[in-house]
Amino acid sequence: MKTQEITGPVMDAINRVPAPDQFYTRILQVLLSIWRAMTSSRKVAAGSAIVGVFVLVGLFGPLFMHYEPEATSNLFIAHPSAEHWLGTTVVGQDIFSQLINGTRTSVFWGLGTGVLVTLLSMVVGLVGGYFGGWVDDVLTLLTNVSLVLPALPLAIVLAAYFPRGPLTISLVIIFTNWAWQARVLRAQTLSTRSREFVTAARASGEHTWRIIFYEIFPNEIGIVVAGFVSTTIYVVLTWAALEFLGLGDGTIPSWGSILYWAQQAGALGGGLWWWFVPPGVCIALLGAGLSLINFGIDEIADPRLRKEPNPQKARKAAA
Amino acid sequence: MRHILRRILFYACAIWVAITLDFFIPRLAPGDPVAALVGKMSIKGYVTPSMQQTLAAQFGLDTHDSLLVQYFKYIGNLLHGNLGNSIQYFPTPVAQIIGQDIGWSIMLGGVAVIISFGLGCLFGIITAWRRGSILDTVLSPAMNFLSAIPYFWLALLSLFIFAYLLNWFPLTGGSYDAFNVSPGWSLDYIGSVIQYAFLPALTLVISSLAGWMLTMRNSMITTLSEDYVLMARAKGLSEGRVMFRYAARNAVLPNITGFAIAIGTIVGGQLLTEMVFSYPGIGYALFQAVGEQDYAMVQGVFLIITLAVLGANFLADMLYAFLDPRVRVERSA
Amino acid sequence: MTTNGTFQGDSKGRPYHRATHPLLEVKNLNVDYLAASGTVHAVTDVNFSLRRGEILGLAGESGSGKSTLAYAITRLLRPPAMITGGEIRYYPREKGETLLSVDAISKDSPGEDLITMGAIQEDARGGDAEGEDANNPVPIEGNGRSIDLLQLSPAKLRKIRWNDLAIVFQSAMNALNPVMSIGAQITDVLRAHRPSMGADSRKQRAIELLKLVGIAPDRLRSYPHELSGGMRQRAIIAIALALSPEILIMDEPTTALDVVVQREILTEIIRLREKLNFAVIFITHDLSLLLELADNVAIMYAGRIVEQASNRDLYLHPRHPYSYGLLNSFPALRGPLRRMSGIPGSPPDLRSVPPGCAFHPRCPFAFDACHKVLPVLQPVQSEDSSQMVACHLYNPTYNAEPPTTSDLAKKYEALAEGSATR
Repeated sequence: MKTQEITGPVMDAINRVPAPDQFYTRILQVLLSIWRAMTSSRKVAAGSAIVGVFVLVGLFGPLFMHYEPEATSNLFIAHPSAEHWLGTTVVGQDIFSQLINGTRTSVFWGLGTGVLVTLLSMVVGLVGGYFGGWVDDVLTLLTNVSLVLPALPLAIVLAAYFPRGPLTISLVIIFTNWAWQARVLRAQTLSTRSREFVTAARASGEHTWRIIFYEIFPNEIGIVVAGFVSTTIYVVLTWAALEFLGLGDGTIPSWGSILYWAQQAGALGGGLWWWFVPPGVCIALLGAGLSLINFGIDEIADPRLRKEPNPQKARKAAA
Repeated sequence: MRHILRRILFYACAIWVAITLDFFIPRLAPGDPVAALVGKMSIKGYVTPSMQQTLAAQFGLDTHDSLLVQYFKYIGNLLHGNLGNSIQYFPTPVAQIIGQDIGWSIMLGGVAVIISFGLGCLFGIITAWRRGSILDTVLSPAMNFLSAIPYFWLALLSLFIFAYLLNWFPLTGGSYDAFNVSPGWSLDYIGSVIQYAFLPALTLVISSLAGWMLTMRNSMITTLSEDYVLMARAKGLSEGRVMFRYAARNAVLPNITGFAIAIGTIVGGQLLTEMVFSYPGIGYALFQAVGEQDYAMVQGVFLIITLAVLGANFLADMLYAFLDPRVRVERSA
Repeated sequence: MTTNGTFQGDSKGRPYHRATHPLLEVKNLNVDYLAASGTVHAVTDVNFSLRRGEILGLAGESGSGKSTLAYAITRLLRPPAMITGGEIRYYPREKGETLLSVDAISKDSPGEDLITMGAIQEDARGGDAEGEDANNPVPIEGNGRSIDLLQLSPAKLRKIRWNDLAIVFQSAMNALNPVMSIGAQITDVLRAHRPSMGADSRKQRAIELLKLVGIAPDRLRSYPHELSGGMRQRAIIAIALALSPEILIMDEPTTALDVVVQREILTEIIRLREKLNFAVIFITHDLSLLLELADNVAIMYAGRIVEQASNRDLYLHPRHPYSYGLLNSFPALRGPLRRMSGIPGSPPDLRSVPPGCAFHPRCPFAFDACHKVLPVLQPVQSEDSSQMVACHLYNPTYNAEPPTTSDLAKKYEALAEGSATR
């Protein structure tokens, strides 16, 4: 496979950095290839763009809000208009501002929780897969049990008992969702472990933790990234669901809490579509963006899934 | 059959974990649960001493038994089918309420999962077989998008459009029109049941169809490049036979695991559906119990849901072993 | 091999039977892979014939195009591979032609069931052994009626498949459906092509086939993963023989097995061939195998056939320098120790094949003409045999004195000793 010529300031900067440690160069190489892959697949580029927009809104959006999201006014249940782009709530709060404000919570708590779930599943998967023996047996049992217990009901029960707030929800989601990625990573670690370079590393006396994180792990980055994306989709959806059920702290703004208050105020029965449609659209869009990235990664990883060139066209081209 | 034995042991272990969690979660929560509860409940009305005593009993605070003894008493109670008494509907036993509601959940969920699994797999097989055809180019991206829509939002939207705007389906909730129809094998009753279950079932099918279809399609595409499919073609077998008996039969195996999990969610994850449509199933009961802080109910429902999920998973494991002969051989690590 | 020459028999001196036309004729076959980075000519201008009951060996390194050729004949190529030219003429058995070879009749093998099979075959084809359609007459070629396999409609192709043309894949583990029992994989072929057979007779036939290849009948209900490697390969052969095909294409059937099992399987194939008289196209990179097994051998390089000869001729006097190199890449069991060199260099990237003769960069004998002019497969003059070679060394226009085998030997030895340069 020919490598492409990449030029530009980023590449220069990378080239100037000395490569003292194999680990860093390898990670950099992998990250670079991810970047190349990202920009080569349309799906991944589109998905990344969508997610990027939300991140930007989350970061800078609240600086541009016209109204205080919590501020009530006399204009109850107003239709969308020039002053209130998405109308108002039952106590006159501007929904558009609420949406922007909520973006920060939803996106960053979502991404952050996704990262934590991925980290936990990585540790369990790598340790179990590498060490084998009773360590693996115990971890596998834990993983399987966690997989088989119903996640949403358990999350509801846990969130119901513990003090309300984003931290609780985050911990609850982590507790109920680490298992799937852990199992995937364990399988991958098992197969990588039996490869020769690992045996060579062990024979040369390399420290166990070094082997796990510097030799085995870099091979699995692709799966970890794909898993992170899938997990984050699920985290965002579950978060909104839990908020919607009233298990979050209603005073902390997020897309899910907007829906909660909308439901409480009977927005559905009252036909107040501008209240409950936009938050759902945001969640759907973020989810769709992440899904696109995921499918793009799938196609990159497995060439058979890529779009096949039309044989008719090919024949005409050859003629 | 060593395989079956291992699975039984595993599920026994999982059940034990569920029971233990159910026992310990309320007791691990910070603060004095009984006082907090009584405080919250007093807002709604007077809390009778017997209710307070039930509450205390729930948390094992009325006796001086050690935690271990309480634990065994709890398990003992469970084995007798005693899940405690509901606080909302005091003194009705939790088990009774669950018994009433679980039937509706199973009916709704069962129908929805079977339809969406069947349709999803079929679409997946066809779009993979006729890859690049019109059906494929339209259906695949559409499904991609559908799979990202949060379920409950889809449910709200459909309720809004079909019930509120178009008035085709009821808005108020319930499993049948309790005012005009009474239960029985009459056409009216069955028709009413269908009318009330249609929209929830439809949203369930739509939201999960995409998942089935896309995983089936991907699995099928990978399977189609296998040598045994090529050999089946070389043998001159009919298209249908190659597609189903050779390709699909192998490609569906990963989806079977998903099917197991889906059966589990019939009882567990339909929560959102029942909440949005106010459908009186076991999920709705859980939701109400959480809202009303009827902890006995919460624990009881959670346990039943978990048991149902585990049972379904076990059955699906057996189904998988039946379908894939390679699994029956004992594999060493 | 067919020439319009004199001898019409196989290498063991047995005469081919009465048919005056070959079984399969490949003419000017071209197969390309249409990749994003360019078109790759996997098979270029291939011509050969196959006689009834003949074993043709197809040898070459990886990437020489031999597997592509086999899949092209059976039309099992997947995109982006495409057949871009040529025809493949298949001559189905005429009514009244005997099914058995001269040899087989005299052996103790029961002739009855084979004759029954033939009658059933005629039935399945509607009593007409030609596969022609009254509405779409196929132009009659030469002295026999033939069909161009490349022009067949999918429905007709399906009828020919397995009935006349069966293929044994390289990896039996991958070629067997993991969720179907072996018996089921035999009987579904019977069900598809012999609708008149009942469930019982199908089962009987399956047991018969398993016994034929040396598998116990109680394995009928076993799954592929429950059989050993050798048994799986035998099962694949049994399935291939289910409808008593005329042509059996074997794509490296023993490469994945150890040598002991390899020998068993090969002996099996030879025995079955004697009994049932099907023709075989045997693809392998292992030339030593072909010398024993095949009647005729075709050696491929970079998508073209560079030499065709009977196995005796090839063994005694290989003509093409590449053939010589291949033959002498493995050491003899006896004789003095000698240094070996193999063939220097590696096969060309098919996207950029060297001009002229594709082998010239690696050939110890390359001269001027080799860089410019493509050598054509031609009979070696001054020989009575049917050996053909595509090399300028044997073309009087370019080279007056063709090298003898010992010349080839000396050059390669010199290479091995390192004293000669090209």
